[in-house]
Amino acid sequence: MLRVSRFIFGAATVLFLLAPLIAILPLAFTSGSMLTYPITSVSLRWFEELATADAWHRSIVNSLIVGAGTTVLATVLGTLAALALRRRVMFHATLRTLFLLPMVVPAVVLGIGLQILLARLGLANTYVAVIVAHTVLAVPFVLVSVSASLDGIDPQVERAAASLGAAPARVYLLVTLPLTMPGILSGAALAFATSLDEVVLTLFVAGPNQLTLARQMFSSIRENISPVIVAAAFIFIVGTVAIGGLLAAVRQRSMRTSAIP
Amino acid sequence: MTTLWQRAGHAALVLPLLLFLGLFFVWPLVTVLDQAVSDPVVSRHLPATSAASAAWDRSSAPPAEMRQALVRDLRAIDDDQIMGDLVRRLNSAQPGFRTLMKKTVTAARDSSGDLDLGEVDARWRDTAFWRAIAEATNPYTDRNLLAAIDLQRDRAGAIAAIPEGESANRAILLRTFLVASTVTLATGLIGLPYAMLVASATGWRRQLLLAAVLLPLWTSLLVRTTAWYILLQDQGLINSALSALGLIGKPLPLLFNRTGVIASGALLVFMAALGYYITPALIGGPKDQMISSVIAFYATGSANWGMAGALGIVLLAATLVLYGIYGRLSATNTRG
Repeated sequence: MLRVSRFIFGAATVLFLLAPLIAILPLAFTSGSMLTYPITSVSLRWFEELATADAWHRSIVNSLIVGAGTTVLATVLGTLAALALRRRVMFHATLRTLFLLPMVVPAVVLGIGLQILLARLGLANTYVAVIVAHTVLAVPFVLVSVSASLDGIDPQVERAAASLGAAPARVYLLVTLPLTMPGILSGAALAFATSLDEVVLTLFVAGPNQLTLARQMFSSIRENISPVIVAAAFIFIVGTVAIGGLLAAVRQRSMRTSAIP
Repeated sequence: MTTLWQRAGHAALVLPLLLFLGLFFVWPLVTVLDQAVSDPVVSRHLPATSAASAAWDRSSAPPAEMRQALVRDLRAIDDDQIMGDLVRRLNSAQPGFRTLMKKTVTAARDSSGDLDLGEVDARWRDTAFWRAIAEATNPYTDRNLLAAIDLQRDRAGAIAAIPEGESANRAILLRTFLVASTVTLATGLIGLPYAMLVASATGWRRQLLLAAVLLPLWTSLLVRTTAWYILLQDQGLINSALSALGLIGKPLPLLFNRTGVIASGALLVFMAALGYYITPALIGGPKDQMISSVIAFYATGSANWGMAGALGIVLLAATLVLYGIYGRLSATNTRG
């Protein structure tokens, strides 16, 4: 009896979690213009529209530009800070809390502040504005990810390198950095995913020329919902699974390599 | 052994992020706070009047000095935009200023030297109008913050509730917390047994159960919301399945109501749900809009930065309190 109810609970939850995603994916291949089943015939016309329609095409390019900028900026800033916070620097705990706060502060509040501030700095409606806004949100992910992988490094390894005469900078470059690489890579992937998915801050700081794919989806869901959105969602899901798979692969590899000694 | 020099080196590594977040995270939040409490229009554009009003006790007839300062200030304003801002600000405190100012400005510009304001318009003999100006000379105000929770100051300056039906902020705040609590409860009720299930499962079942949680977590929030939108619409999968089974005659209204918001938000925890904007904006109807949507409306729809900032501060304060509680709880956990 208990086994049966456990099975039903598990199946129902899995269904609740996955059904919406799985149910909409086939609709990306419909040839009609309504988002309803049954699908009469299969076509790629909505993917074609995604690639050729000006607004969609531009939004994909924008997402890649902003995503790349955010990934680089957030990874550099987050990794440096994680390296510093590893040692007990002054105000260690306070700094860490401050750096993680962007995760919990309501995006709308931050969005309003950024809109006013960036306009004052003359950066309104620029790529820099969008990249900066996304980086604020992405940095905590990099910090957490890199910190976790720094915590896993055995300090003896670094001490051994130092005792063999390596200068601190050399220890960083040749020992610490390679060992931290999995954390840095997954931090970068999370930063890119954060930027790709961001809508709220983008609503406030992006001008008409910086609309990202997520922003474009948001406004077209509000106006008229067409299968192009599902085609975009399809690409999103495939991209997400790819990034997730990459992360899992990186973690597995690092677990294997750290298991060798 | 770490030398002082090395310590300074480590501290320097933290500086780039500290500067970046100081500039683009802390400063914007301070800006929002400042927008919510600052009220510079009157003090900036009626400087002489503001200075003269400091000496007035606000109950007797206003001193002649203040009256003439107002005439001088009004003569000095040559920008219609500034005059518009000024009139709007004063009119919101005391209805009647719109016509009064128009008349007074015309009279002031057509004359020079001292002007008897009581002759220009009888309303200038009413201290209520002078009191409104005197109170508006303070460059900081709690008007927006009070209005964010449906309060205002009455004539005597005491805090009182806004008349029934004039504002809905408190209802929206309550609704936000209600939806967020329901989501938390639903998450707990589903998440806890599910975690136990995952812990006890083995092999491919465990992988499937884990993947089912991770996939939505990795998937864009927007995509998930779109998926729910498509499922819940009148001709959507759920309604067509139910009517194909003969269970319902006409489509159930699943979209634009709270069932939809809660069902789709049930994966989020309280803090995330509190500042949640996208899902209610797309799936909820007008009666399900949560506080973030209202803030966004004030900011982008009506450019009322003060009100947007004040509501934002209420939301921010609630979030930080919760973050503090969370920090306490997780700290005790790791210690114990």
